Amino acid sequence: MLDNPFPLNKTDLLKAYRTMRTIREFEERLHVDFAKGDIPGFVHLYAGEEACATGIMMHLNDNDRIASTHRGHGHCIAKGVDVHEMMAEIYGRATGACRGKGGSMHIADLSKGMMGANGILGAGGPLACGAALAAKHRKDGGVGITFVGDGASNQGMFLESLNLAAVWNLPVVFVVENNGYAEATAMEWAVSCDSYIDRATGFGLPGVTVDGTDFFAVHEAAGEIIRRAREGGGPALLECKMARFYGHFEGDAQTYRAKGEIEDLRANRDCIKLMAARLKEAGLAAQEELDVIDQEVAALIEDAVRAAKAAPLPQPADLLQDVYVAY
Amino acid sequence: MPIQVLMPALSPTMTEGKLSKWLKSEGDAVNSGDIIAEIETDKATMEFEAVEEGVLGKILVAEGTEGVAVNTPIAILLEEGEDEKALTRAMEDPTPSVAAQPVEAKSEAPATQMPAPAVLSGEVEAEPEYTGKMVRQTIREALRDAMAEEMRRDDKVFLMGEEVGQYQGAYKVSQGLLDEFGPQRVVDTPITEMGFAGLGAGAAFAGLKPIVEFMTFNFSMQAIDHIINSAAKTLYMAGGQMGCPIVFRGPNGAASRVGAQHSQCYASWYAHCPGLKVVAPYSGADAKGLLKAAIRDPNPVIVLEHELMYGQSFDVPEDPDFIIPIGKAKIERKGEHVTIVAFSRMVQLALEAAEALKGEGIEAEVINLRSIRPLDIPTIVNSVKKTNRIVTIEEGWPFAGIGSEIASVIMENAFDYLDAPVTRVHGADVPMPYAANLERLALPQVDQLVAACKAVCYR
Repeated sequence: MLDNPFPLNKTDLLKAYRTMRTIREFEERLHVDFAKGDIPGFVHLYAGEEACATGIMMHLNDNDRIASTHRGHGHCIAKGVDVHEMMAEIYGRATGACRGKGGSMHIADLSKGMMGANGILGAGGPLACGAALAAKHRKDGGVGITFVGDGASNQGMFLESLNLAAVWNLPVVFVVENNGYAEATAMEWAVSCDSYIDRATGFGLPGVTVDGTDFFAVHEAAGEIIRRAREGGGPALLECKMARFYGHFEGDAQTYRAKGEIEDLRANRDCIKLMAARLKEAGLAAQEELDVIDQEVAALIEDAVRAAKAAPLPQPADLLQDVYVAY
Repeated sequence: MPIQVLMPALSPTMTEGKLSKWLKSEGDAVNSGDIIAEIETDKATMEFEAVEEGVLGKILVAEGTEGVAVNTPIAILLEEGEDEKALTRAMEDPTPSVAAQPVEAKSEAPATQMPAPAVLSGEVEAEPEYTGKMVRQTIREALRDAMAEEMRRDDKVFLMGEEVGQYQGAYKVSQGLLDEFGPQRVVDTPITEMGFAGLGAGAAFAGLKPIVEFMTFNFSMQAIDHIINSAAKTLYMAGGQMGCPIVFRGPNGAASRVGAQHSQCYASWYAHCPGLKVVAPYSGADAKGLLKAAIRDPNPVIVLEHELMYGQSFDVPEDPDFIIPIGKAKIERKGEHVTIVAFSRMVQLALEAAEALKGEGIEAEVINLRSIRPLDIPTIVNSVKKTNRIVTIEEGWPFAGIGSEIASVIMENAFDYLDAPVTRVHGADVPMPYAANLERLALPQVDQLVAACKAVCYR
């Protein structure tokens, strides 16, 4: 066996692989179940972008808080939210992470430091700054992480949060998940600067750009800026260049994408395939080991769907619960 | 099968009434929709409409009978072909069926009306009578003391906003707080309302208790997304996991000669939203007691102070444990002829109007709402049951305003007690003009309120 060229041991590497596979399987299953009519509403899939959430979240603990996006399933899974509870939530069941009242765009699990997916683009910026301020106030070493797409990176509140984080030196990391499309609008058309590093610099914080389909690159870059934030070094921006395998939402005809674009992404920029190849190349995992993980993940998702479908609906009385904290 | 016609409930509060007149006689054919009787409640005479067809077989309660309890069988309706035998059986049948309904009270039990979320239902108890020491203070001092006392009590409470620290507050409300608590707890923000409102919500999710000062509530429109989508909705969206113990406070309402963008009441904007509580103090005691309650509340609370009242002085309880419960109105002045419902600075106008009305023999009861949401419905309704007349006053616009909400509340809870239509006095339905004479015309004035009260008293 060759020496391990990565800063993670085999256990952690296989854990990362499993997380990425879990996200992929979860999303591919939603894609199918949505098409069958089993799942309603707006569903935004993270398939193709797994390396970003996974590479970042491996540096976080439950005390660190993330503010996610409308495309949040991958962030949830990588942050440790229970897959059964997530699936039940998307199926609108009483056993869901939010008791069936949030849905795909509002999955939250505070016990895991997951403050919520968010249907408002850019809203996570200020929220993560707030979590970072609370961590700073408590001096507990916690950090806040927010994710935005290239689309939401143009929202005023995101830009306000960059400035606030810089002037208050908050332990917060802004992750721009640049998949090239703001819904249907090309990033080149909608974003004023060529590089997010320039945008970060304009607000007085360091920026780093990585290939978001390369788990190892994300993991390394995120590790450095999260450590820096944790130690009081201040905020930073991390741009991950991603590959979105599906449309903005399920049902999106994607007429704005070039012919063959998705096939090319799946063939050449699939972060899971790329990671598996690196692991095998380094002699850290045999295909058989990965196959076992794939099978276990498939069984997990199948069971999550089965359990979600069998789970009870919320009670009518739940309609009026949790509007206010009673005291 | 014969059908028993029951004495109808013509309002949610009616328990009995007078069967004043039968419009059909025994043996008459009755079609669905026919008026069969007139029934008098203590407030009105209503027509009573058949919902089923048949023949009026037997009148069980003669016209002119008073005190007929709701649900008492008053007649028997025979279906086509039924005879006297069926009638006899029906009179012995103890299980009645409803066969008629009131014409004017079809929505008496509104099926679409949902009960309020648990914390908002039921009556909130008033604060115990305060017998401790009072100090003469301006509203701004009372607000400052409220924050200082709560910050001493709980180190998770902190204040942030534009100019709250070094500058001591744009309206000098946070005077002295930076010196006592330091820059980590009295935090000057950049001019970035959406940013710091969202940051406050995130900090509240993470366990802190922010007080977010808007330099004026006019600027909260920049931040309204986070106030509603983050602060108000997250508890519900997250299935009860995360509350948002945050206070958004600052001056609200009409200022003086600052034009349309700086002069506006946000009471109905925020009170519309489930998940938020909204309070609007009038006096110094209100300001202190309500702000302290808001800071202690585990929910997001909007505290609407009045820009023109910061410098007014009141006697204010000095005790740091003095709290005014959110959801309880205060009767500022008792009266028997007309109820005036007001909040914030309009309470002052209401008290002036009550004094003027007294000279004309009208005793007005003045209710200071204190809380807009939850609204103290029992106090308003009980007052109207006594006075039978109500006038609301607010600075805000009329459409879907607080007065509109109170009108609905009265329709649902005290319809039978009204001797005059619910009447609203409110700001003109225009953006605030700048010119002094127009500005005055755009705002509610005492003489308008006096006129409205006299009108509902038919004077």
